[in-house]
Amino acid sequence: MDKLKCECGHVNPEGTVLCEACGKPIEGNQHIDGNDKKMLLNMRYEGSARRSQTYRKSFVDKVWSFFSSVKVGVILIVIALIASMIGTIFPQAQFIPPNAVSRDPAIYYEDQFGLIGKIYYTLGFHEMYSSWWYLLLLGLVGVSLVICSLDRFIPLYKALKIQKPKRHETFLNRQRFYSETENVTESDLERMKENLKKLRYNITEQDGHILAEKGRFSRWGPYVNHIGLIIILLAAILRTTPIMFTDEYVWVREGETIVLPGTDGEYYIENKRFIMEMHDPEDERFRDAIAQEGMVPSNFQTDVVIYKAEREVPGAEPELEPILEDSIQMNKPAKFDGYTLYQQGYQQNEFSSMTFKIHETDDEDATAIDSFTVDLFDPEPEYILDSGFRVVIEHYFPDYYLTEDGTPASETNYPRNPAFVLLVYPPESDTPEVSFLGIGRNIDATGENEYKVAIQDFETHFVSGLTLRVDRTLIFFGLGAAVFMIGVIQGMYWQHRRVWIHPKENGILLAAHTNKNWFGLSKDIEKAIEDTNINMVEDRQDLDKS
Amino acid sequence: MDLITLSSNMLYAAFILYLVATLFFGATIRQKGRERNKKSIAGNIAIGITILGFLAHLVYFITRWMASGHAPLGNMFEFVTFLGMAMIFAFIIIYFMYRLNFLGLFALPIAMILIAYASMFPTEIAPLVPSLNSHWLYIHVTTVAIGQGILFISFVAGLMYLIKEIDQTKRTNKNTLLEIVLYVGFLFIGFIAITTAFNVMDYNATFEYQEGTEILETEYHLPPIAAPNNGVLLTEGVMEPWFETPAWMQGADAGRKFNTVIWSVISGTVIYLLTILILRKRVGAALQPLLRNVKADLLDEIMYRAVAIGFPIFTLGGLIFAAIWAQIAWGRFWGWDPKEVWALITWFFYAAFLHLRLSRGWHGEKSGWLAVIGFGIILFNLIVVNLVLAGLHSYA
Repeated sequence: MDKLKCECGHVNPEGTVLCEACGKPIEGNQHIDGNDKKMLLNMRYEGSARRSQTYRKSFVDKVWSFFSSVKVGVILIVIALIASMIGTIFPQAQFIPPNAVSRDPAIYYEDQFGLIGKIYYTLGFHEMYSSWWYLLLLGLVGVSLVICSLDRFIPLYKALKIQKPKRHETFLNRQRFYSETENVTESDLERMKENLKKLRYNITEQDGHILAEKGRFSRWGPYVNHIGLIIILLAAILRTTPIMFTDEYVWVREGETIVLPGTDGEYYIENKRFIMEMHDPEDERFRDAIAQEGMVPSNFQTDVVIYKAEREVPGAEPELEPILEDSIQMNKPAKFDGYTLYQQGYQQNEFSSMTFKIHETDDEDATAIDSFTVDLFDPEPEYILDSGFRVVIEHYFPDYYLTEDGTPASETNYPRNPAFVLLVYPPESDTPEVSFLGIGRNIDATGENEYKVAIQDFETHFVSGLTLRVDRTLIFFGLGAAVFMIGVIQGMYWQHRRVWIHPKENGILLAAHTNKNWFGLSKDIEKAIEDTNINMVEDRQDLDKS
Repeated sequence: MDLITLSSNMLYAAFILYLVATLFFGATIRQKGRERNKKSIAGNIAIGITILGFLAHLVYFITRWMASGHAPLGNMFEFVTFLGMAMIFAFIIIYFMYRLNFLGLFALPIAMILIAYASMFPTEIAPLVPSLNSHWLYIHVTTVAIGQGILFISFVAGLMYLIKEIDQTKRTNKNTLLEIVLYVGFLFIGFIAITTAFNVMDYNATFEYQEGTEILETEYHLPPIAAPNNGVLLTEGVMEPWFETPAWMQGADAGRKFNTVIWSVISGTVIYLLTILILRKRVGAALQPLLRNVKADLLDEIMYRAVAIGFPIFTLGGLIFAAIWAQIAWGRFWGWDPKEVWALITWFFYAAFLHLRLSRGWHGEKSGWLAVIGFGIILFNLIVVNLVLAGLHSYA
């Protein structure tokens, strides 16, 4: 490896632009940071030797150089940004509204949005954020992050560690803030040093050369925040494994006890009751708004008991040991043994029982002769009534619908739209009358029935939708976010400010640099040179523009 | 006087005080170069009145909170009003860092337009739905608003930079583009003007239309130019709609919102054309001389600094706190809801902005455009995502 020896005696690694110790521009390398065409020096990475700018021959070098470019990083970010935007033009597949004509993406997009919708669907934009190329894009941003950081951090760290107060004259007079002063007294210099110390600058001296520096740690901010982002990306990868992340959705009826899915039969849940409360429309505070916009729910709550299953023999009926009794609300999940249960939804469309009455077909008042109640989850095959009637349930369709060929069937096993074929045996009769009965339907198949069955009353119950989650990656996401915030605050809210004083035979050169907030730096210098005859630095940024 | 009346009076007071403060900031233009370096009396009065206005705004917020029992951040009116307050707060902070009076001349009127815009939405105190009932409502929302308020200052400084630096001697692509940005401001004014006018007249037209499998009713408060798709006018004696809203426009009340947009464009354009007629030049050209005495470099620095300060706060509120709350409420910290995606887009954008500042060519004018686009994304997330792209955050 070629080493570059500076006239100050320091040996710099190959590719160095500004001597690590004295800052003198190293001949032949000035094009790297674009210093050859400008009056001011590019101070971004202290002119340190970066791998990407030094080695560019082999394939690895080329890949490294490619990803270490901030421009490439920004382009990747902008592509991810545009892709994210496209994904919000139409709803993603998971957000297709429940009242849509069809929730099948293949139909929905074309039906709603025409040709553009069809293209959107065909290109897979309806599942943008889980598409391989979107994830690949985020991955490439991650790669760029790692390589950019490594390429810069190590040489920058070395350069800042090695820097000497004694700087080459060219280094000073090619800084943005610069002034020359003739005839500076010793006491003026002392006063300036004192002032800088008061402003919390660290002063180091070497042969009368002075370096005042503060906030160097802010230079590490970008690298710290990039580490935070990398932790977040790694956590996202971890999350795809089932050990670290489980997600189950469970519907529990009121009064029902079922096994919790995703727990290997270890835990059971009982839904004691579901509560939906509404804001009081008479509440003085909200009266106007409710009158305009309609009723507003105030609480969704499921009172649950969680049981742990104890099995003496594997496969045997478990003994259920209650371990937790809790009320799950929105924003108030229940936690047990690493699992978390969230209130997610509810259904009100299930019937628990129905009461029927029997009356004479010609009775206009429909006076009940007798009545009976059917438990819709567990109907009995036959009901024998006190009045002597006998009712046999011939067919029961809990969730009735008519198939395309016209036969009745049940869509699910849940009593959402119960319908029955009943055989009614009048007292002391062996010939049944056939009735078909459902919600809004009461069909007398023969038209000769003497007695009619009708729905007299019914009870409904809530079904509560709960999400069960185990997420062991949360801690990593939290850590990543915390590291990111520390880094970004470190880098943004502090600045690395340096002031150099270079003695001449009769006077001094004064130069200063900061990575941001030049306004703040100029105020610092104004304060530092107060009551001295040292000249204020000139902001020479404009000279650089041509 | 009950709390709710006090609260809304305080909001009026704040608005008037901001207006007066703007006039005083305007008075600082006349000062000659040397006077401006000293403490300017007009400037001190102006910032004093601004702070007074901010305090009145704060009293509005606190009394409304007391009246409703929850932080007033639950709907479009409340959030946008708070965002306006955060913008003023950010302005006050940046003012004391740089003491630039001109910034007030631009920041206050734009914040005022936003506050007036907020008042166009229903202002009744609404009860909270269960998902919003959490301390995280105000932790998340206030942090986001303060972050966005500071990014707003970056937009103001960027816009001032562009108005100052872009050549207005003859018509170019650049000054046309700048004019379009200013024209968008006029559309907001147009929206406020037309909505207020018809509100005063208590205009109402009801439609019935089909949305998916449901039949819904919608009330227009502006004369219907565009009816809802497949809508039937129920009210008699009002203007017949000219055409129907196209079917691909989705979401609740798409027709009414589309109609409002049409009216805003019409009235905004009329106001813009009248302004041009009076000024006899582009609005950008008319504003340019106001900024003669401001240093462009200082504007560039403020615009960058505001992003440097606002970005971490926005990240904390808009992504991290948002994720924590989403984890507590829904059990998933990230769900690719449109609002979340747009927060990520905003974050990507400002990250790109900060990285581009590392290279030399992106200071000044290019940064100015970026600052304007960045705030455009924030407004898009606030208005279009809330009102058009339905999702968990859709309000009105």
